[in-house]
Amino acid sequence: MNIKFKVWFIIIISILLSSTLSKAENLKIGMLLPYSGAVAIIGEEITNALELAFEEVNYEISGRKLEIIRADTEYKPNIALKKARELIFSKKVDILAGTVSSSVALAVRDLVVSTKTPFIVANAGANQITRKKCSKYIIRVSFSNYQINAPMGPWLANYGIKTAFLLSANYAAGKEQMSAFKSTFEASGGKIVGEEYTPHRKTKDFGPYLGRIKSSGADAVYVFYAGGEAINFIKQAHSFGLADVMKITGAGWTTSPLFIPAQKKAALGFIGILNYVPSIETKENLEFQRAYKEKFGRIASEFAVQGYDTGKMIVEALKSLSGDTSNKELLAEELSKVSIIGPRGPLTIDPKTNNVIQNMYIFEVVNSANGPVLKILDKIEAVKDPGTGCSL
Amino acid sequence: MFITEILNALQFSMTLFLLSVGLTIVFGLMKIVNLAHGTLYMLGAYIGLSIWTFSDSFWLAFVFAPIATAILGALLYKVLFKFIQRVDPMRQVLLTFGLIYIGLDSVRLIWGSMSHSITTPELFSNPINIFGETYPTYRLFVILVGITVLLILYFVLEKTKMGAMVRASVDDHETSQMLGINTEKILFYTFSLGCGLAGLAGVTVAPIVGVEAGMDMEVLVLTLIVVVVGGPGSLKGALIGSLLIGFVDTFGKVFFPELALITIYAAMALILIFKPGGMYSRL
Repeated sequence: MNIKFKVWFIIIISILLSSTLSKAENLKIGMLLPYSGAVAIIGEEITNALELAFEEVNYEISGRKLEIIRADTEYKPNIALKKARELIFSKKVDILAGTVSSSVALAVRDLVVSTKTPFIVANAGANQITRKKCSKYIIRVSFSNYQINAPMGPWLANYGIKTAFLLSANYAAGKEQMSAFKSTFEASGGKIVGEEYTPHRKTKDFGPYLGRIKSSGADAVYVFYAGGEAINFIKQAHSFGLADVMKITGAGWTTSPLFIPAQKKAALGFIGILNYVPSIETKENLEFQRAYKEKFGRIASEFAVQGYDTGKMIVEALKSLSGDTSNKELLAEELSKVSIIGPRGPLTIDPKTNNVIQNMYIFEVVNSANGPVLKILDKIEAVKDPGTGCSL
Repeated sequence: MFITEILNALQFSMTLFLLSVGLTIVFGLMKIVNLAHGTLYMLGAYIGLSIWTFSDSFWLAFVFAPIATAILGALLYKVLFKFIQRVDPMRQVLLTFGLIYIGLDSVRLIWGSMSHSITTPELFSNPINIFGETYPTYRLFVILVGITVLLILYFVLEKTKMGAMVRASVDDHETSQMLGINTEKILFYTFSLGCGLAGLAGVTVAPIVGVEAGMDMEVLVLTLIVVVVGGPGSLKGALIGSLLIGFVDTFGKVFFPELALITIYAAMALILIFKPGGMYSRL
């Protein structure tokens, strides 16, 4: 090899190197969500809507491209932890977002805290994520189980319900939701006449429980179910004529827009509480629902809204840092300082716990020309989680 | 409340009966446990869902979904089960176990991973009043379907020549062959019929329990328990096992809800201690 060639060789290499160095690296958002299995639909909704938020800024912030990296958790904590390590160490993501399941969120908790990776919780509702296990690197834009159910206690008591029967699946989320409602309902003078926890994701036939609930003489049954269990419970309660003897109430996911198409008329009359319902009439929500329907062909659920707000918060925080993510501590701090008006209404992050402060909507399922819809009965503004045991 | 629960138990028992009768007779004939039996139940529900969605008629789904799973069963027999009769049980189990995964992923591929539901016809939309307790009409229909199938099977197996040949093949395979019974043909028809009944169970309970991927595994375990408890190889065994498990499970949930997950296993353990061959065994 002659000298001349060597010189050229070095020049070409250095040009190539410098061009890759000067080119800004992508802003990487790792999505830790179930993309397969029974709850894949929730992972899909969250990611869909997050993409919608990124599209609004053309996937670009201060010259840096936004890049979404999907990692399928399969809804299993051990797999999620493996995937989270991969995202953090080999893909070098700037921000981690997601987890539908609380046990998945808690499984990756120590990893994100020790690696100082900002982690936006887009669904998982276990109270302790923003209580005992809280961290300045964990920002929850979804909800805590307490936050959703607590306002329903006084509201139902005021509505004329004096006695209630609790029913949910036998797992941490179900029990947290029931105990949140129970504590505020009893404090408002209500009485719990019975409670039942059914085998989680193993209960198909609620017949044996419906008989007991019917004969309990309660004014209302307060339930929380999701997915196939929510569909089955609502349909079976209807076929047993439960609504004839008591009010059917509960956490709003039980009649989520995802399940109503299968529940149909059986859902009518259900009174629920949730952080979002599609019928909110603000310009932010109308615009969001229009855009979502145009792109994905269906009504956006509360899960989609949480994904959209996650995307919005990421965009706002990155904007205020001009796309500079070199200081993770600063990034986490900026994320928790963002306040936006989303489809749900105004959102801010509680500086005490890093849990979102948001409105709660109490709704009733009523009939319309397009089938059952959620009609808002009441709005409770700026609901917080007490955050007991958290010090940031 | 008591009548409601008895009817609930009866309805659950009849579903279990539809599922287990095919499995248990095929086991009697072939000595093969078809672990993919639950998959055919799931396919019955999904095919029913598709027919119902396209035609808007529950009755079309109710008739054609079981026929479709029977045809699927016939195909499975011709391309797979026919060839594994003489191989060792481990390989049979692994093969049918593999079918479960193929079935599960095919269902997710074709119908997606959302939970679906079938709406019952207008005829069943109002609950009925029985001795002062309201009970869903559709559940009574499920009980009726189970009893009808039971009576037909009983008549065919006990009163016809074809039934006698089936029973003979279960009791003594080789002697039956020597007497000129085409056991191969009997096996083929029984296997297809069993798969059809599994599909019938799937489409019949779909309006109650919904349609979703993974519904196959839940019933597979229950069905195997029924077969073991009732004693494999006979109609009576399937019936006794179904009633026992159906009533234990339902009343377990009513009286000891905390133990809902283990009552049937406890019942199975107890029965196997005192009657290791099941309640009623032909083998």
